[in-house]
Amino acid sequence: MSKATAFYNARLIDPATDYDGPGGLICEKGLITDCGADLSSAPSGDFDSVDCQGHVLAPGLIDMRVFVGEPGSEHKETLKSASESAAAGGVTTLIVMPDTDPVIDEAALVDFIERRARDTAIVNVHPMGALTKGMKGEAMTEMALLKEAGALAFTDPRRTIMNAQVMRRLLEYASGIDALVVLHTEDPNLAGPGCMNEGELSARLGLIGIPREAETLLVRRDLTLLDLTQTAGHFSQISCAASLSVIADAKAKNVPVTCAVSAQHLALNENDIATYRTFFKTQPPLRSEEDRLAMIEGLKDGTIDVVTSSHDPRGPEDKRLPFAEAAFGAVGLETLLPVLLELVHNDHISLVQALRAVTQRPAEILGLEAGRLAAGTPADLVLIDLNTPYKFDAETLKSKSKNSPYDGRLFQGKAIRTYVAGARVA
Amino acid sequence: MTSQNDTSTDRPQTGADAFPHRHLLGIQGLTPPQIEHLLDLAETYVDLSRQVEKKTSHLKGRTLINLFFEASTRTQASFELAGKRLGADTMNMSVKTSSVSKGETLIDTAVTLNAMRPDILIVRHASSGAVDLLAQKVDCAVVNAGDGQNEHPTQALLDALTIRRRFGKIAGLTVAICGDILHSRVARSNLYLLNAMGARVRLIAPPTLLPPQAHRLGAEVFHDMREGIKGCDIVMMLRLQNERMNGSFMPSTREYFHLYGLDLEKLDCAKDDAVVMHPGPMNRGVEIDSAVADHPTRSLIQEQVEMGVAVRMAVLDTLSRRLDNGGPRR
Repeated sequence: MSKATAFYNARLIDPATDYDGPGGLICEKGLITDCGADLSSAPSGDFDSVDCQGHVLAPGLIDMRVFVGEPGSEHKETLKSASESAAAGGVTTLIVMPDTDPVIDEAALVDFIERRARDTAIVNVHPMGALTKGMKGEAMTEMALLKEAGALAFTDPRRTIMNAQVMRRLLEYASGIDALVVLHTEDPNLAGPGCMNEGELSARLGLIGIPREAETLLVRRDLTLLDLTQTAGHFSQISCAASLSVIADAKAKNVPVTCAVSAQHLALNENDIATYRTFFKTQPPLRSEEDRLAMIEGLKDGTIDVVTSSHDPRGPEDKRLPFAEAAFGAVGLETLLPVLLELVHNDHISLVQALRAVTQRPAEILGLEAGRLAAGTPADLVLIDLNTPYKFDAETLKSKSKNSPYDGRLFQGKAIRTYVAGARVA
Repeated sequence: MTSQNDTSTDRPQTGADAFPHRHLLGIQGLTPPQIEHLLDLAETYVDLSRQVEKKTSHLKGRTLINLFFEASTRTQASFELAGKRLGADTMNMSVKTSSVSKGETLIDTAVTLNAMRPDILIVRHASSGAVDLLAQKVDCAVVNAGDGQNEHPTQALLDALTIRRRFGKIAGLTVAICGDILHSRVARSNLYLLNAMGARVRLIAPPTLLPPQAHRLGAEVFHDMREGIKGCDIVMMLRLQNERMNGSFMPSTREYFHLYGLDLEKLDCAKDDAVVMHPGPMNRGVEIDSAVADHPTRSLIQEQVEMGVAVRMAVLDTLSRRLDNGGPRR
């Protein structure tokens, strides 16, 4: 029987209660048993004690959009390597996408992910199930059975369901079993073979562009359907200002919608592609600086609920190619927190706002216990050094794939310790 | 201009900085003096190519590889001839016979060829930026012979040489580029070069065949051909690929010719001494009428082909001067 652990001398941040101040926390048997300002001095009882030295102690991050290569592409990333990458980045809960090989569209496969994660991963892992069988956009999966097996939500993460009737029925069915539908919104016809944001830069680079309207068209359609069916929906990745304004309008009219942005779309813009750098090829594509600033504004005013890493491991065989032929995607588990801290240091958002989008909000949307500092909730914690500056080196990534767009970037602050259920994992 | 004899000693001597680039990947990044330098040198090769003895030994011992991932007849032949006239050993590799069709990546192909120690690689590829990517992975000089919809620098240079020889200058001329601008690397390279040299550029195309934000690329945009070529000195036609004609970009070739095909009647809208250019290969009756294409005084199309060899000789010569002279490589 292990002793209880006491964290003291910390700057506690709990977005769920808007608390930001000195304090401490006690956890035992994997759960937080007590926390608050009165615990900030060194404990007197029989504890394993951790002196936080004034660093930030916050709920561990919950990442709602993570691609892992297991099963099917284990050479890119396994649940084990992804979880190690997550732990290094202060992420304690991974929501993994179902577009593996095979696709997670059956209860037995949900169970497979859960068991592999239990045996190999060092952080919490929850799968999303596919919305349609084989992600073909036609027949719905056995959502209730998948949900009982542990699927937290349902999505075809890179495919848009273009048939509005199919979409409507999926939403209606999901509402009946209280399941969350996560929506991918890019019109594949309008996006065509595009590989970057459409505009002056794509014209200059001779690359086919993806217009913002490929996203906003589907955002508008799906908002209409969410309103029609009164079903909870979550947009997995928003990238442009126009989408945000229609989502803000819908929220004002009480359409049950939430949305997320990837850290890349908060930190980078299309100009970063420069001379065809394929690590900056993302889906949706990096947009203009105006769009990036609009994303930050949306995060600030609450239109955007969640920030994800959109972690997408890719090997040289996918990325060392001409830009148009290279795969979309960038790894991001270990840079999610540094990117958010960059926004804080640049005075774009407060630290509480930044952390809320990766703790409290995803937990609320997914119905998780974690994501806050309260007695009885899991002791998933991250200790954050806010201020130490460093140059990020992609070779140091724990992820099996090193396709990070941030190699060489100057960051300030990172996770220095990560705990899952009270046990230190990084 | 220095006369050209078959010795390497009386090449026009220029400072090492006249062209401080290891590769020729695009017109973007070249300064007007660097462009002038290439055109001046090309002039000497025009003279040389018109002699009975057309060979020099400036590139004697050098190995050139034509690496074409996309089919080409005239560009490949032009580079091959340019290399041979300079005394280099030239080799052609086309995609059909290479291991690329066996699934090897572009970079692996580049690294493999690099190990054979060529001096200059001439590369064409269907993807924008592919030649740039390849150039990062090899030790030799790389010439872009066309990458996707990005650039085709030697085409723009040969067009510039053709224009300069006809008009004695480039600055101040008005040039209309007409046709499938969206998919054209020729249009982009020409646009950059003509802008850099002080010409005024117009783009004429239906909206479906224009890149987004075309008006921000440094050109006036027209959808009406007659209006667009009014007062132009040069009408540059682009080839229209048949696969764009199936209703996705244009309803039919007949309608395209009606709106954008260049015939003598439309050419009348331009200046009286306006000339017509085309990078080839032409689709007669689709984008250009034979009476225009074969016009004895107004069509510069054959001269463009001749200038192509001279310009490519100038490019190969210039790049070879920056090559090292043997010894171990990294």
